[in-house]
Amino acid sequence: MLALLAQTQVQIPEIVWSVLWPIVLLSIGGVLLITATSISPRLRVGSFPAAMTIVLAGASLVTLPLIWSKVRDGGGQLPVIADAIRIDAFTLLVTGIMCASLIVVSLLLDDYLRTEGLDGPEWYVLLLMSATGGILMAAANDLIVTFLGLEILSIAVYVLAALHLRRTKSQEAGFKYFILGALSSAIFLYGIAMIYGATGSLRLTDIAQFIASGNSAGLSPLTESSLLLAGMAMLLIGFGFKISAAPFHLWTPDVYEGAPTPVVAFMASAVKAAGMAGLLRVFIVAFGVVAEDWRPVVGAMAILSVVIGAASALGQDNVKRMLAYSSIVHAGFMLVGLYAAASGAAQTGTRSVVFYLFAYAVMSLGTFAAFTLIGGRGDQNHSLSAYVGLSRSNPMVASLLAVLLLAQAGMPFTIGFWAKARVIIAAANGENYVVAAVAMVAAVVAAFVYLRLIVTMFMISEPDEAGEAEASGAQLRISRSGLFALGIAAAATMIWGLFPGFGGDWFGEATRALLELR
Amino acid sequence: MISSVLLGAETTSFPVLPALVAIPLLTALVIALIPGSRDDYLKITALSGSSITAAFSIWVMAAFETDDSLQFVWERVWAADLGASFSLGIDGISLFLVVLSGILFPIAIMCCDPGHDHKPYYIWLMVLMAGSMGVFMATDLLLFFLFFEVVLIPMYFLIGGWGHGDRVFAATKFFIYTMAGSALMLIGIGTVAIGTARQTGVLTFNVFELAEAQALSPDLARFAFIAFALGFAVKVPLVPVHTWLPDAHTEAPTAGSVILAGVMLKLGTYGFIRFGLFLFPQAAKDLAPLFFTLGVIGIVYGAVVATVQKDLKRLIAYSSIAHLGFIILGIFAMNTQGIEGALLQMVNHGISTGALFILVGWIYERRHTREIAALSGLQSAAPIMAAAFTLVMLSSIGLPGLNGFVGEFLILLGAYSAAKWWTVVAVTGVILAALYLLWAYQRVFHGKAEGDNATMADLSLSEGLSILPLIGLIIFMGLYPKPVLERMEPAVETLVAHLEANIDGFSEPGNDGVESPADAEDLVKAAIHGAEGEEGDH
Repeated sequence: MLALLAQTQVQIPEIVWSVLWPIVLLSIGGVLLITATSISPRLRVGSFPAAMTIVLAGASLVTLPLIWSKVRDGGGQLPVIADAIRIDAFTLLVTGIMCASLIVVSLLLDDYLRTEGLDGPEWYVLLLMSATGGILMAAANDLIVTFLGLEILSIAVYVLAALHLRRTKSQEAGFKYFILGALSSAIFLYGIAMIYGATGSLRLTDIAQFIASGNSAGLSPLTESSLLLAGMAMLLIGFGFKISAAPFHLWTPDVYEGAPTPVVAFMASAVKAAGMAGLLRVFIVAFGVVAEDWRPVVGAMAILSVVIGAASALGQDNVKRMLAYSSIVHAGFMLVGLYAAASGAAQTGTRSVVFYLFAYAVMSLGTFAAFTLIGGRGDQNHSLSAYVGLSRSNPMVASLLAVLLLAQAGMPFTIGFWAKARVIIAAANGENYVVAAVAMVAAVVAAFVYLRLIVTMFMISEPDEAGEAEASGAQLRISRSGLFALGIAAAATMIWGLFPGFGGDWFGEATRALLELR
Repeated sequence: MISSVLLGAETTSFPVLPALVAIPLLTALVIALIPGSRDDYLKITALSGSSITAAFSIWVMAAFETDDSLQFVWERVWAADLGASFSLGIDGISLFLVVLSGILFPIAIMCCDPGHDHKPYYIWLMVLMAGSMGVFMATDLLLFFLFFEVVLIPMYFLIGGWGHGDRVFAATKFFIYTMAGSALMLIGIGTVAIGTARQTGVLTFNVFELAEAQALSPDLARFAFIAFALGFAVKVPLVPVHTWLPDAHTEAPTAGSVILAGVMLKLGTYGFIRFGLFLFPQAAKDLAPLFFTLGVIGIVYGAVVATVQKDLKRLIAYSSIAHLGFIILGIFAMNTQGIEGALLQMVNHGISTGALFILVGWIYERRHTREIAALSGLQSAAPIMAAAFTLVMLSSIGLPGLNGFVGEFLILLGAYSAAKWWTVVAVTGVILAALYLLWAYQRVFHGKAEGDNATMADLSLSEGLSILPLIGLIIFMGLYPKPVLERMEPAVETLVAHLEANIDGFSEPGNDGVESPADAEDLVKAAIHGAEGEEGDH
């Protein structure tokens, strides 16, 4: 036995650390943060954990252009760690979303935790870990790495959801999220096993090659390999759970309602973006050749998500539940884009999803930032009635929130319009007229939900109610860091709404990385 | 077309069209910076910002060269990968709608005060002005759609924040109806651009390039036309989807009603001409009978329902449905007279209905009611207001010698040659208009004034001054429509030629009777002179 071990030399693949800076910074930084705060308890309280998280995320953001110049010189993408990870424009874009989300959420958490008397570094450590997982998921060229990313991402968020120790709703949310999430992870893992059984590989690029060669040999995977089909279905379930697409959405409203609001901001932006990024990477790169096979399922999920999300959002009186359902509608819209990509509009479709996940991250971060501010002490004020007369008591917060809500409704000159327009143009390109029409009608229904909130803030001024609201509005303490976070999100919403090409052609490069460089 | 576009670019160095959008926006910004306690400053700022914009729009009209070219073109790349550009331009079709928006906004600002929350009110009005200017100048489909949708937001806040009665319900209904209508339009836009790109290899949203290419298959073109038409039909509004209009018009603050009727309803009819007919000639022709029918139903239904209204403002709202029915009739006649009449009638309707809403707003300010039954004998208390109301009302009825007649006459002329029996029914609308307006006038202004009605104040000087431009236009355009028609003509003729070229077996039916538009004008003149005897009776 020993002799055998001695003979087989373990091959350690070469690792290009210089392009892995964001992953290194965030994960090692997280470990350092918890170590430092355990050694010196004085660092536990105060703004040190938040500041360090922001510095780490900011530093990662700064490395992105440097890495990009390396990647560009390397022909568009760099295979790292024996090609298990691909560093390309798409990975970098998702990394950027993760870091931006970390910064905004840290700004929110700092004041939130102090108000709630819950401060401690563990929140930030979990956020850093989760973001690392998200980046891995987007970068993975290997299903095992995708799974690792998914788990790192999720487990941290399960804990975060339950971390508001005094609120039973928060614990309940964490538990619910954990049970269902664990189930979906199990299904996901089973799917990976099946794919391995069907294709003999876990590398996305190898899977694609295997399927393509099977196709060219005249074998249709659809008929030849039910194993592959079952595997794809299971992966889709796993991803569908993470992006909260119907019919795997049932956890969303409860968890969004119960979890601490800054954590919801992270879940809606980073977790959903990472889930969608993983879904895009796996299904475009590995299964792009057999798009015909998974296309109908994605189409059905898209229609179900927009319809169920929009219809259920109508009856809600809790804004967090409302926006939870709206996030299901947005997931549906992304799937409409993916459906278009599978229907012959590969370029425009993929690009629309890439843009949409960025746009939704921006909008949801801002919206939940506003909810955090308005939620007040105890994270309680989330019923619609708490928003009565907000335009008078807190005009700044109300106006910025209105901008973000109008953006979510897809109103012109906001980032939300371009996201929606791109998806619909892609759908027209893929000739998915019915799906596009259903999605647009659902968008109108969803718009009603956002309007309802805006009406409550701006237009309801019954004397007694308004007086009451002004009284409660006076108690509302708006933290400067929170307002700053909200301002960043609203500004980004407007900047990319007015100049859709702002900051260069990242989205085009990211799309190219998925479609052309394999 | 291309050469004329270049020519337009050469003649102007100052980007006047972007200025028309930018000045109101800058004004909104300035208003936002003024302390909210100075209501008078706010109003003066808004008034001067909108007046400067109006002056620019009038300058554009003066500098406009009478030909079919797109002028004052301003173009910048916007979303490069989509081929979307931020491109503005004006031709004979859009010119007067831009001028109309320019004129109506300062008047709407001057005529009435919001009563509370002055600052956001003026900010929203200025944003609305920027959007209204942009929507008529956009020559890129995506940009048009952006402006088309963005005007919803300020109008929604204006109705919901400063309206009367059930304002929130009216505002939300307005928003959702319009948004639902335009939801499918986005799919239509995608379909046209993508369908054309498949043929030509170039993805563009430029309406002129798309119209030139005519690359869609008939089925696809019909689908796209319907997708566009739904959005426009809600805005017009055509009859089955009109129910938002009475609510929105009635509950809106006066300035909101003026802009809603004067400018925003025109988005639908303008859209039908610029995008419906221009992009999908064959599909529009195929579906023309449907629109004739809906237009005629609108004319008769609007008139009948207006007759039985108890609320003066609601009556005017319903009269809009009837008037817009005429415009639809003219558009789908698809000949020079019809389209020209429709364009002219859009401007006329904006002026006269805008003026009516202002007058009703003043009555409401004084009497705190708009109920016809509660008003009577206002003539004795407020003779100047009564005189203004008479004139505006007669213009709305379409009395020869005033502006409403010219447009209506041209429409009926054009429509008769294209759709004889529909036109016959439509003519009853003219009679009904006289019925409901004169009857309402009689009940409100004649009779014996009692109680508050007897002591109602007449128009103040500033009120008189603010309505004077509209009255001047009503008379001027009624007596001498030539400068307006002349500038519209080349663009309309080009459009009709485009229709003839792209519709199988279609030649403009109106050409048999009336050779050139100059003749059309003569006809109008002759009709005016012929009707002078009638006019004397009033």
